[in-house]
Amino acid sequence: MSKGFFSGLLATLVGLWSFTAISETDGVFDEYRELMGDDNPAIFVIYDGEEIWFTPAGPKSVSLAQCDLGLGPGVVEGAYAQLPRYFSDAQRVQDIEARLEYCMTHLQGRSPDKVRANAYSQRGELGTELEALVAWIADQSSGLTIAPAQAHAKERSAYTLGESLFYYRAGPHDFSCATCHEQTGRRIRLQALPNLTTHQGAAAAYSTWPAYRVSQGIVRTMGWRMRDCMRQQRMPELIMGSEASVALQTYLSVNGAGGSMAAPGLKR
Amino acid sequence: MGNWDPLGLTRRGFIKASSALWVAATLPQKIWAATLRPAAAFQTTTLEATFEALGSVPKFSDAILFSTPDIAENGAVVPVKIEVDAAALPGVSKLYVIVEKNPNPVAAVFEVPPSAQPYAETRVKVAQTGKLYAVAEVDGQLFMTEKETKVTLGGCGG
Amino acid sequence: MASRIRIRAQLKDDYCEVKALMRHPMETGLRKDQSGVAIPANFIEDVQVVHNDAVVMQAYWGAAVSANPFLGVRFKGGAQGDVVKIIWRDNQGDSGSGETTIR
Repeated sequence: MSKGFFSGLLATLVGLWSFTAISETDGVFDEYRELMGDDNPAIFVIYDGEEIWFTPAGPKSVSLAQCDLGLGPGVVEGAYAQLPRYFSDAQRVQDIEARLEYCMTHLQGRSPDKVRANAYSQRGELGTELEALVAWIADQSSGLTIAPAQAHAKERSAYTLGESLFYYRAGPHDFSCATCHEQTGRRIRLQALPNLTTHQGAAAAYSTWPAYRVSQGIVRTMGWRMRDCMRQQRMPELIMGSEASVALQTYLSVNGAGGSMAAPGLKR
Repeated sequence: MGNWDPLGLTRRGFIKASSALWVAATLPQKIWAATLRPAAAFQTTTLEATFEALGSVPKFSDAILFSTPDIAENGAVVPVKIEVDAAALPGVSKLYVIVEKNPNPVAAVFEVPPSAQPYAETRVKVAQTGKLYAVAEVDGQLFMTEKETKVTLGGCGG
Repeated sequence: MASRIRIRAQLKDDYCEVKALMRHPMETGLRKDQSGVAIPANFIEDVQVVHNDAVVMQAYWGAAVSANPFLGVRFKGGAQGDVVKIIWRDNQGDSGSGETTIR
């Protein structure tokens, strides 16, 4: 069953907290968010994700039930909150998307190119397998503390790489992530911009992805959010599960460590 | 209002029944509603034509409480809530949500049987900043409340 | 597809509050997909809320109701344990239903 959506009061309180944190600048959307309530259509996607996890697929016709998300084969509860982390079988640091790609290719025998090509919904599509899996897996960490592993040298270097990428200015607009996200109290149009260099800002952002995007009617993942930020900066496309994507998410999760997971969130 | 007939025994009920076999698959016959979808009202393209299709321009009434945000993060999902003060305006049989500047202004119609409170909540698409109307029908007479909602273009959406 | 509707029905002072989310794209017919092809209109037209075999709300919707629509209604005469059912039908003839008990 869905951990987050049925833990009732706790999930609601966590949700309210995260909305408050995001809209702290001026409160223009408080009324809007209050009227929206906590009825999040992500619930349907969570159910899908659970079903997909246990359904045999791929050339080997096996399910993902033996996939190790870092807490042992098949352990899903709490796994998301501790990602990204180093996996000795893959010999690299992986976020949830890279790890799912690993399990889909190694356990199920699927082609990595195809997994990546079908990772995120395109315009007009109503959600992908990967988006549903990530929604369910994140929900299984709802209310738990963000605690990415930083013991392994490669985990620490992922953080350092993520930090460099965050401040790396490039592209036709000479932009970096930091251009928008290293100050407090700024916004784009009316959208408050979290300061991702602070614990509070990073926790508010990291804890609420994956999220149901009301403007698109689908659940989007943290990896997609990173890719879309890169697109908005006019940078080359960020590849799902790539070293750069994992590093950026490591930077955010470590900065937000100690915060409470409240995903899937509900976003613009 | 004589239109509400959940047992589907009136002539209109039979019309509805013949055009609505979908219900038969899931429910016993007696649950068929006795009303028809007000198709013409959904097809108008201006506010004037919409009020014409509904029968008249509604009178303003303070008895209709209409909640929509003054400003919405995204026009794709704008929460709306209509609540009629039944003491001040009794006998409401229908509620309409109308969005002035949408391609088709009528977004939703709620038929309110005596067993229901004159209350409805949903979320609608609002194409651009403009007025939203909550209309209540009582014995063929129309009453309304208006509210402007600003629609913003998004930033990144955190 | 997994469950397409989620309903909660809760007894308040003198009424029962029903809140439901339905899984539906609510396509207006005005959108285009990635390759520029128009996506046909596909939206829920009818929704019925049924309590003890009586319709306690009949909604008619247009394409302007948001994707994965939310519905909130209140009716009188409900008791704990009663079944509340919601049935919808869209303009392409597809339909769905779900039920819950009043808490």
